[in-house]
Amino acid sequence: MNAVPLSWYLTLSAVLFALGVAGFLFRRNIITVFMSIELMLNAVNLSFIAFSYQLKQVSGHILAFFVMVVAAAEAAVGLAIILTVFKNRATLNIDDINSMKN
Amino acid sequence: MDGILFLIFAVVAVLCGINVVVQTHPISSAISLIGVMGSLAVLYLLLGAEFLAVAQVIVYAGAVMVLFVFVIMLLNAGAEARKGRSFMVQLLGVPLLVALLGLLAYFVQRLFPQTVLVQFGKFTGGGAREVGRALFTTYLLPFEVTSVLILIAILGAIVLARKELE
Amino acid sequence: MEFIVISLIKAAVVLAVLLTTLAYLQWVERKVIAHIQVRPGPYRVGPHGLLQPLADVIKLITKEDLMPPHASKLLFVAAPFISVTTALISISVIPFGPAITVAGHRTWMQLTDLSMGVLFVLAVSSMGVYGIALAGWASNNKYALLGGLRSSAQMISYELPLSLAIASPLLLSNTLSLRELVESQSATGSVLSWNILHGPFPQIFSFVIFLISAFAETNRIPFDLPEAENELVAGYHTEYSGFKFAMFYLGEYVGVTLNSAMLLFLGGWVAPWPAAYGSGLVPTLLFAAAGVIALSHGLRPARRRDRYSLPVFGIVFLAIAVLFLLPVVQGWLLPLFWFLAKTGALLFTFIWVRGTLPRFRYDQLMGFAWKFLFPIAVVNLLVTGLLVAWFS
Repeated sequence: MNAVPLSWYLTLSAVLFALGVAGFLFRRNIITVFMSIELMLNAVNLSFIAFSYQLKQVSGHILAFFVMVVAAAEAAVGLAIILTVFKNRATLNIDDINSMKN
Repeated sequence: MDGILFLIFAVVAVLCGINVVVQTHPISSAISLIGVMGSLAVLYLLLGAEFLAVAQVIVYAGAVMVLFVFVIMLLNAGAEARKGRSFMVQLLGVPLLVALLGLLAYFVQRLFPQTVLVQFGKFTGGGAREVGRALFTTYLLPFEVTSVLILIAILGAIVLARKELE
Repeated sequence: MEFIVISLIKAAVVLAVLLTTLAYLQWVERKVIAHIQVRPGPYRVGPHGLLQPLADVIKLITKEDLMPPHASKLLFVAAPFISVTTALISISVIPFGPAITVAGHRTWMQLTDLSMGVLFVLAVSSMGVYGIALAGWASNNKYALLGGLRSSAQMISYELPLSLAIASPLLLSNTLSLRELVESQSATGSVLSWNILHGPFPQIFSFVIFLISAFAETNRIPFDLPEAENELVAGYHTEYSGFKFAMFYLGEYVGVTLNSAMLLFLGGWVAPWPAAYGSGLVPTLLFAAAGVIALSHGLRPARRRDRYSLPVFGIVFLAIAVLFLLPVVQGWLLPLFWFLAKTGALLFTFIWVRGTLPRFRYDQLMGFAWKFLFPIAVVNLLVTGLLVAWFS
């Protein structure tokens, strides 16, 4: 076959987003939670580019580019926070990091 | 040809996505996430977004994920321990998730018409020239704002992660 | 269909030539470093050590393949292959010469031309960082982990000045495709249109920054602290032996070759002065001179073994010199010669620097990237952009 319906790309994006949400809600390790967030952002990027194809414009690409940039900045700061949390609490399990007191 | 490529890389993306969520050790999740990003880059190429595909590999798979892998290696925290989970949750979890995904897929297929077909080569507006032109003319303000945002992120990361002066 | 067959033939030819060249690149490196250190180098295995790479390959393949205990098996085996694969994929977009006509089919001397060729090479080389990071992790060894982390941090730090140094001549050539990049440097057919000397701002600074970053990207001396033998016990490839170690070495040499072949600055397969003024005679003269020198040394051999090998080499060189005079091969052999000559000159620079300079300490290395090279690359890009905008 030579052509794929656009709705298939959007379905894939929805599936990846749902997987990201599942990981975000059910996993206990901070880093895995963070990676589920990145998975969600990637799924949204795919939607943006799919719609940009439908409307034959480049704005979707620009928006996806900005999402990528923001995700990179967020990853940098978030990982720095994770490092600091690990230095203070010596655990990466979010169930154990549930009080402001040591 | 398009259909086969889409199917292969969509299946790879979904399997790697499931692997990200299911694996206990963070490094396996990280490598699966790199797999997701790689297959998404190929899907972007099929959609005519050549610049975004290469940017995805350079920025996301080649820099952000390297950062993740670094932190996992530095912290060396090990696999996640399976704490007490109720049997009911384990029994109902996966079928409910599959049901949710099936429902999502059904509604997306119903609501979006099947008339728009994606063919490789139909959309040529995704090259570096077009993206660059749009980025530096129409979207100049968000571009400058994101550069300030990156600067703030750099400062934040350096301040958070440096050694405290005794 | 014809396209697939031609591409497969080209891929097979490029792979065969590349792998042989890499094996002999190791021979060249050992000989050059040996002569810098006033000793003969590999000499006994075959005439002048020419069969030494073959002996090394046999040794590495037949060595026992160890796996450290408690190592993650999948990652341990996959890491060197990631290194080699990413290095070899980048070769597929390098143009070796202009369009040629072989048996009635017109094709380019390039495996494929992407409209984003330069960015593709950058993308694939940033994936190469994983080979090293995962090798350090999978070895279950403190020294390997530290070496892997240091090496990966060094590689991603030097990717920044590398990308900025690549961006500056792109402003002059106005294209991302490698084929068009080389063609834009053939405008006047002479050295003056190479990107390093052309345009409102000659790209000499970005060439130097590119070379330094290339040294750091491929973990060569003076930036090879993460894999040095007397620091960190050989770093990320401590636990590797046999074929997997050979893969790492292969990946490193392919990276070095790739960075030397970078066509952004020295004009690819374009000759330094036009063929009308006799640049077609340069390879003939070079090989003839090499043949004469080899023959003259063969008549008064310094060592007993040279009595037979040097005259044979002399005759071979003279035959190649005559080959360059044939008009039937000049169409494709001359551009290929210039491409290989420029790549060879940069490879010799890599080896020369290895034999001459001491290595950086790790904090000096990182400080050099972030506090010195990166600001200079940014300023260079700024000045290039301003001058291009002014004069266009």
